[in-house]
Formats: sequence, C-alpha cells, structure tokens
Amino acid sequence: MELKRVVITGLGALTPIGNTTDEYWQGLVSGVSGAAKITKFDAEKFKTQFACELKNFNVEDHIDRREARRLDPFSQYAIVSTAEAMVDSGLNVENLNLDRAGVIWGSGIGGLTTFQEEASSFASGDGTPRFNPFFIPKMIVDIAAGHISMKYGFRGPNYVTVSACASSNNAMIDAFNLIRLNKADVIISGGSEACVNEPGVGGFNALKALSTRNDDPKTASRPFDVDREGFVLGEGSGALILEELEHAKARGAKIYAEIVGSGLSADAHHITAPHPEGLGAISVMKQALAEANLSPEDIDYINVHGTSTPLGDIAETKAIKNVFGEHAYDLNISSTKSMTGHLLGAAGAIEAIACIKAIQNNIVPPTINHFTDDPEIDNKLNFTFNKAQEREVKYALSNTFGFGGHNTSVIFKSYED
Amino acid sequence: MSDVKSKVMSIIVDKLGVAEDEVNAEASFTNDLGADSLDTVELIMEFEKEFNIAIPDDQAEKIQTVGDAISYIEGNAK
Repeated sequence: MELKRVVITGLGALTPIGNTTDEYWQGLVSGVSGAAKITKFDAEKFKTQFACELKNFNVEDHIDRREARRLDPFSQYAIVSTAEAMVDSGLNVENLNLDRAGVIWGSGIGGLTTFQEEASSFASGDGTPRFNPFFIPKMIVDIAAGHISMKYGFRGPNYVTVSACASSNNAMIDAFNLIRLNKADVIISGGSEACVNEPGVGGFNALKALSTRNDDPKTASRPFDVDREGFVLGEGSGALILEELEHAKARGAKIYAEIVGSGLSADAHHITAPHPEGLGAISVMKQALAEANLSPEDIDYINVHGTSTPLGDIAETKAIKNVFGEHAYDLNISSTKSMTGHLLGAAGAIEAIACIKAIQNNIVPPTINHFTDDPEIDNKLNFTFNKAQEREVKYALSNTFGFGGHNTSVIFKSYED
Repeated sequence: MSDVKSKVMSIIVDKLGVAEDEVNAEASFTNDLGADSLDTVELIMEFEKEFNIAIPDDQAEKIQTVGDAISYIEGNAK
C-alpha cells in the first residue's frame, strides 16, 4: 500500500510570549523571554518563584463561562489554540467526512489544578466525600481530545498521548501515521499544559529540575550556557491541523509544510536523567532521517529539546554530533525554550510551529541568554545564540524528550508539489 | 426575597451560567435551565455545602425545579 503524504494546513498557538501564532512568531524572532514572577499563586515559600505564564489571557474572551467552568485550564488552552488553527486552516466542517476527521492531542500531566482543588477540598473537610461530579472528567488527560471532538463533531480517531515532555510530538507522530495509512483525512493535533500551580512548581522543585534564578527570571532559561541550572516551567498550547495532501489540495488549502519523518525510542536508563551519550536521542534522529529518506546533510535547522538542564543539554549535543558528523557545524541549532520556557506536554507542538514558521520565513529563531560557553559543549556548533539568523530552511528537525526516557523526533519539509 | 431563596438563586446563576431573570420557582433545571444530569448533581452538592445539610439521593432525585430546591432546603436546613 502506498503511504499518503501529510501536510500541515493550520496553526494555533497560545504561549507565554504570544497568544496567537503571529504574536508567538514575532516573540521568537525578536528574542523575548516569557519568564516573570509567578502571578497564579503566592510562590514566596517556593524555591522557584517565577515561570513562563500566559500573559493577558482571559478564558472568557474565548469560551463562555459555563463551558469554561467544566474545563481544567489545560483543556481551555487546547480549545483556544485549536480554534485559531481551525480558522487558519479554512476547514469547513460541513464539507468534511467527519468519520475521517480525528483529534490526537498531547499533554504531559493533564488537570493538575483540578486534582489539587478537589483533593485539598476533601482533605480540609470532615471526611465526608463531596467530590464535584466534574472532578474526574475535568482532570483526566484524554478529555482535551474529547472536548475538541465535541466542539467540531470530529468522529474519527480520538485520544491523548502521554509521554511527559514528548507528549505532543507523540501525538503528531500518531496523527501523521494514521493519515499516511489512510485512516483519516484530517487530524487536529498538538498539545497543552497548565502546571504553573503549587504542585507543579513544588513537584519539579523537589526534583531539582527548575532554575531558581529568582533575581533574574528573564535570563534563567539559558540552554547551553555554562551557568544553566534547570528549566523554566511554562504553560500554554499549540495546535496543528494535519491533513492528507490530496484532501488539502482538493479544497485549495494553504499548505505550510509537509511532515516527512519521525522517530520514537526509549533511553531505558533512568526516570529523569537522560542517557549520558544520548543513545535514545541518536536513535530517534536517525530513524527520522531514514524514514524521510534523507541524509544528515539535508537538514538545515534543529529545534532542540534543550531545556537548560546541566545534563540534558550535553547529552543532546553529543547525540547531534554523533548523527550529523561534520554537518553538525553547518546546522542552525536553537532552543526556543530559552524564550518560552518549557511547556512540557505542549513543547513539541509549539516547537513544531517554530520549525514550520522558520521554513516559511527562512529565519531561525535564536537561543537567547547566552553569556558564557560551557567547556563541555562544543562551541563550534551554531546554537543561533542571542539573535535570530536568516537561513534558507528546507528541512527542520524537532526533538522532544520526556521524563521516563521517552524520545521523539519529527522532520518538517518546505512544501513542494 | 427569603435568604434561602436568594442564595439558591445565586448558586444556580453561578453554576449554570444562566441569567437571573430565567431563574423562577417553576423553572426546571433540565428542561428550562439547560442543566444535564451532572449539573444537577453539582447543584445538589452546592446546596449541601451552602446550607450545611445532607440531601439523600432519593430526595435529591425529587428536586427538579428551583421551587423544589427552595422548599426542600427551607424544610430541612438546620
């Protein structure tokens, strides 16, 4: 059976540096940081008191109050970015075969805010169970895909993938494969996360995963810098409309890019630490190149996982050098997490959008906050430090890795008929 | 308006997202105010919290309208 081709025909972004795709891209190319003191709760007693929160976002501007109350923030963000992507795609649900229209979403954690509220309410009571009937359906991580399907009437494949910070890449890869296998015409994919709350910050702090640079949040996410000391927690959502090529052409859709390769692996090593030589990362990049029938020299840009943790950035750099050899020095590499923070299960989605916009505009967004080279990281690699660079981008590769040792890689290609 | 009545109405307005003038004694939660079965469970739970009462399931099933809720609570509130 001949595999179908899969293109991207709609984008939606709700991020700490921009509440729409255009604002997000403007933020990326101008190199702004989304980090600031936490406003969602009093973080005074927390080791980390800042995060990359959404700015000027009022859910009731997008979703009516009654509906919004039934949605955990991670689902609210999903609905909002999906609405932008659907409008952007020009899809008219009345002209779709809804049985072949699906939703495959990603989230690392799901409704943590809802869980916290309900468990706290029970713990502070006299033991009488007074759980809200919406508790479970607000909290469960699959519900985001369920809500999106109900909004648009999409009756095709529907679920959420969970692989911590790799979740939305897993979602896009599943969507890519289902369309290639002719099981759907259109799939809404992407991811959302909403963990800037007490258990989110406290839990990642306990893991020593977060930067504690409270005196200067905007420079805290500094991937590949010698003084990096953890990631900056972010929240938000990214949505992408994946569509079978002929289906997109038949309706005269605007085509942003094509997905041509993917890789999936596990480190099988440690719950949070990456394999020191990046074995799982090497594997996914090689798989993606092979699936796309590309040689390493074809890749122009890598949007790295690059979370600004001491071990992760070194392992990923080693993996890139292993896979790309001499071409590693000709690549543009950047970690847009230096600006957005780490959106966990939504990272793959918003970084896919960064790759697609880089292809569209031939501009590589920067890795901001570079001050001092790390002697353990090859400084001859081009990390696109501090300023965006112009470069013709035909192929962009996006890595995401998750706690648990999950690795994913996706290759986007500029669209040619 | 009695205290119970005004509290019940404000809970309904808040939870069901309906306009205050739609909430009259005859209004049925499901037929007139757009509630589904989960919404009605949530309303009962809010009434229990607000008025510090326990509404047994067999009684809760009989509370179908705004007026039913007000009279049950007036008859059972501590």
